[in-house]
Amino acid sequence: MTRSESVAAVQRLRRSRATRAKTALKKAPFSAWFGIVVILGYVFVAVFAHWIAPYGETQVFSEAFAPWSQEFKLGTDQLGRDMLTRLIYGARNTIAIAVATTLLSFAVGVSLGLLAALYRGWLDQILSRAVDVLMSIPSLIFALVLLTIFGSSITSLIVIIALLDSTRVFRLSRAVGLNVAVMEYVEVARLRGEGPKWIIAKEILPNVMPPLVAEFGLRFCFVFLTVAALSFLGVGIQPPTADWGSMVRENATLITYGDVTPLLPAGAIALLTVSVNFVVDWFLQATSGLRDEK
Amino acid sequence: MNPVARTVLQRLGLGLVTLFIVSIIIFSAIAMLPGDFAKATLGQSATPETVAAFQREIGIDRPPVERYFVWVAQMLHGDFGSSFASRTGYRRTVAEIIAPRLYNTMFLAAVTALIAVPLALGLGILAALYRNGWFDRLVNVATLTTISFPEFFVAYMLAYLVISRDTFIGSDFAQTLPHWLTVSLNWALNAVPKFPTLSNVNDQTPFWEHLWKVALPAITLTLVIVAHMMRMTRAAIINMLASPYIDMARLKGMSPMVIVLRHALPNAWAPIVTVVAFNLAYLIVGVVVVEVVFVYPGIGQLMVDAVKSRDVPVVQACALIFAATYILLNLLADIISIATNPRLLHPR
Amino acid sequence: MKSSGPGPREKGKDLLQIRNLHVEGFSDERWHPIVHGVDLTLKRGQVLGLIGESGAGKSTIGLAAMGYAKPGCRITQGSVLFDGIDLLAVSEKGRRRLRGSRIAYVAQSAAASFNPAHRLLEQTVETAVAHGLAGREEANRSAVDLYRRLQLPEPETIGFRYPHQVSGGQLQRAMTAMAMACRPDLIIFDEPTTALDVTTQVEVLASIRNIVEEFSTAAIYVTHDLAVVAQMADRIMVLRHGRTVEEADTRQMLASPSQEYTKTLWAVRKLAKPEVPADDYLLTIDNVTAAYAGKVKVLQDVSIKVPRGRTVAVVGESGSGKSTLARVVTGLLPPISGSISFAGQLLPTSLKTRPKEVLRRIQMIYQMPDNALNPRQTVEEVIARPLEFYLGLKGARRDRRIGELMHMVEMSEDFLERLPGELSGGQKQRVCIARALAADPELIICDEITSALDQIVQEEILKLLIRLQRELGMSYIFITHDIATVRAIADEIVVMHRGKVVEQGLKSEVLTPPHAAYTERLLSSVPEMNPDWLTRLLASRKI
Repeated sequence: MTRSESVAAVQRLRRSRATRAKTALKKAPFSAWFGIVVILGYVFVAVFAHWIAPYGETQVFSEAFAPWSQEFKLGTDQLGRDMLTRLIYGARNTIAIAVATTLLSFAVGVSLGLLAALYRGWLDQILSRAVDVLMSIPSLIFALVLLTIFGSSITSLIVIIALLDSTRVFRLSRAVGLNVAVMEYVEVARLRGEGPKWIIAKEILPNVMPPLVAEFGLRFCFVFLTVAALSFLGVGIQPPTADWGSMVRENATLITYGDVTPLLPAGAIALLTVSVNFVVDWFLQATSGLRDEK
Repeated sequence: MNPVARTVLQRLGLGLVTLFIVSIIIFSAIAMLPGDFAKATLGQSATPETVAAFQREIGIDRPPVERYFVWVAQMLHGDFGSSFASRTGYRRTVAEIIAPRLYNTMFLAAVTALIAVPLALGLGILAALYRNGWFDRLVNVATLTTISFPEFFVAYMLAYLVISRDTFIGSDFAQTLPHWLTVSLNWALNAVPKFPTLSNVNDQTPFWEHLWKVALPAITLTLVIVAHMMRMTRAAIINMLASPYIDMARLKGMSPMVIVLRHALPNAWAPIVTVVAFNLAYLIVGVVVVEVVFVYPGIGQLMVDAVKSRDVPVVQACALIFAATYILLNLLADIISIATNPRLLHPR
Repeated sequence: MKSSGPGPREKGKDLLQIRNLHVEGFSDERWHPIVHGVDLTLKRGQVLGLIGESGAGKSTIGLAAMGYAKPGCRITQGSVLFDGIDLLAVSEKGRRRLRGSRIAYVAQSAAASFNPAHRLLEQTVETAVAHGLAGREEANRSAVDLYRRLQLPEPETIGFRYPHQVSGGQLQRAMTAMAMACRPDLIIFDEPTTALDVTTQVEVLASIRNIVEEFSTAAIYVTHDLAVVAQMADRIMVLRHGRTVEEADTRQMLASPSQEYTKTLWAVRKLAKPEVPADDYLLTIDNVTAAYAGKVKVLQDVSIKVPRGRTVAVVGESGSGKSTLARVVTGLLPPISGSISFAGQLLPTSLKTRPKEVLRRIQMIYQMPDNALNPRQTVEEVIARPLEFYLGLKGARRDRRIGELMHMVEMSEDFLERLPGELSGGQKQRVCIARALAADPELIICDEITSALDQIVQEEILKLLIRLQRELGMSYIFITHDIATVRAIADEIVVMHRGKVVEQGLKSEVLTPPHAAYTERLLSSVPEMNPDWLTRLLASRKI
């Protein structure tokens, strides 16, 4: 086969994958479409927060707890900051932190998990036992303990949650990695004398992508909810940075007067996680047909 | 030795080891505190003498191994140390702070578990039996939605619903709706029981009143837990129903009822128990948030306050209690799984 | 317990009539036909063998005879008349009443099909008691009687054991007892001995045949093994791609098959390479003992010599240590003691300490080509890697070599851009062979490489391997449990049993008597295409 032919072949393969993805999208249920549209909307708002928001993130106005009006579409918060603006900046802050945390957690979890699956032996034993112990403390509790020690800066928040969450990523990638590592094509590569880099990158990783991609969605939701919960409890993202969890807590008193405004940031969190879950659910069914969640 | 007994003992041993390591980790919390911690806790006005006294109090001047064993020994005698909130002449022990709150948390968790576990198992089994039917699909979307909600969202939604009972008719929103809709919505809202939105209890609160006051937190937790537990139960049962021996039972002409009760259930204990334990453990975490929302004086709320004020001994004690409960629940699930495994019960 | 059938039981009346059966299976988001319009008639007391390669639809038809479709399958058309009742038209409850009591089923994997939570006896009598055909006591007594007739050891007490406490061959017989419990009119045997070793298979076949004859039960016997079906069936129906190829009485079918496809099936067994004695040895295994992680020794004091340019067939049943031998040679499992020398030099025991050049000279091919090919790599990527890795070939030279290799394994270059999922089983195995050849090896270890393939494909692969050896002169270690394969390809044979070498030598020496006792048992247990084989074997063993 000549070079141009092989290029054409690769393109054909890619195209067939693209068309397959397209037909899968066409068949996607309403819930998945809904999820995709909502996620794109959130991303848009997060990226362009600066241009969309009517006021500055920490701009304070004279009236606290102002009702909904022409000037303040969703009223103002306990310090007199515009709720809509805070909500928009909250999208940027909360989502960015959750994405960063999930990425870090995956970088650590997947690489260690696949290494453990490939080499078994003492490396696997040590890592697995360590993860067992870490997972025997509920992660929110563990996060609380660590935050007591290190304080609630954004860096420590990301590192602590990513570390705790990577235990679950480790477990999953080790499990799916083990399923692939016992395959004979991996043995073939070892017998050939390939190093771990080749085996993980070329033999194992391409075959564990679907479950890992799905898990990325689920872990993102979990991380997102954890960050929100911590902020809600007042030990997560610290003022004056706008974030949805603390917005709920700071304005919670309004609920007692029958005002829905504090529920909006909570609803924003719920809507995003629901959407991600819908997409992941569909993705799991589309890629493996029968796989049910564990 | 009987293999069941042997495996159970192994698990118990493993559980103890885990608890030991966890206690070391939690203990290290103090050792890892930054140097200026005393100053930060005592405030800028602290004299060098008070700082030194405080450091002696938390024992930073002694070697960590010695401190660890003293700490464990004291805990085994029920002495969790003193809160940093103690002042000279007014010692507040961690134990006396925690005891009543621990009871409250356990009360809430027990009420939730009693509602949630049977409900989730029942729904999960139904969804598995009628999988891919309309019931299953409905439940799938509903549970997928609930597990995506932050606990505080569910909690405030419920609270809002109860409050709207009184405020809805007078709100601007109600005025904009057609009259008949306003009336019927108001009628529906009035059907909502007037649950208390603040769960303020104390040790004098009588049992039934206590129960009434935890209604909203318990419902919130139930909604969250049931969704998780139901989905996992469904998956476990479907997995079970795919085994060849279930096919065989069908080909033997057994009725669906017999298949589920006699052929699936005896093998389903292990997965189901694991699911329940996992979710009860999850319940503990949910408790923290829900207690804060409803201002329920439980151990979760206490822990959050202690984290904010960096009251390390209280945080340690709370974390240890949570971790121990968590380990215990998983251990229990393991033991039940082992005790119902025919391969272990009837060795070759 | 009495027979529950209302009709007369004498042979000759039609018991089961399947007409124009269509079954579809669901995969890739749509329904595909699996069985297209099969007709089948079974008389009382008759045994019909359904035979065909994978994908022929034989198990699906067997289940349809019970009015059952596997999850993910559906019966779309046709009728299944059992003793005058249309199983497809009657209610689910009506079908349930017949299943177990009048039509019973014996599955391939007894270990998975028995419920692990209940004792064998409970499961044996379950149907009889549930259908109200017998009281508990009576059913228990009858079950013990069946255990005895099926020659299960300790028939009085074996029923109180749990499935995991009983061996595979015994479980398969217990499952036959379970099927017999209600004295059904019809039993579907779905590959009941496929998962068993040959020596165990003989015993189970004999038990099944006796009891079916004794109660003159009609049976449908589904298998892919011609020699087995020749022993068990009165008539044989050959299936292919969900259609009937032909149907005839067993003897007639064996003597003179009429269809071209059937003839090719029959012809397969005749391949036999003439042996060539060796003069020069490539690999020498000396007194090797090996074990997995300190457990029982899987290989004990094994010594084998592999001649250059020849094939050594290593034969044995499961647990004989033959696959472990392959792991020791490749360095995946360093032995506890003993040594291996390759081309006159001592071979480092562990894979990690072997230089690349040594790794290149020993290649391996596996049983399941599905697992041996990375599903995400194209054929080209698979074959190119050893060329780049060992020989440093790049660009046009590499592409030319890939073309040559594809030519060697008789595949078109059009396949190069395909993923393994888009190839057939035989094609996948050819790609695996090409990958091994790419390294330019001197020794190829073939671990059961034809066992997962259909007979006709098996033969093609064996012929290919023989030709390649003639042209390129490498040695094979050919690990297999199948004697026909050994006859086809071996120059020398090593017989292994429980981790020890029982006998070794030239093919002609090992295959002609006198044999070692175990070799004798192994060879005599291999079913032959003669319908009288089992009868004669049992007669000779009783003496």
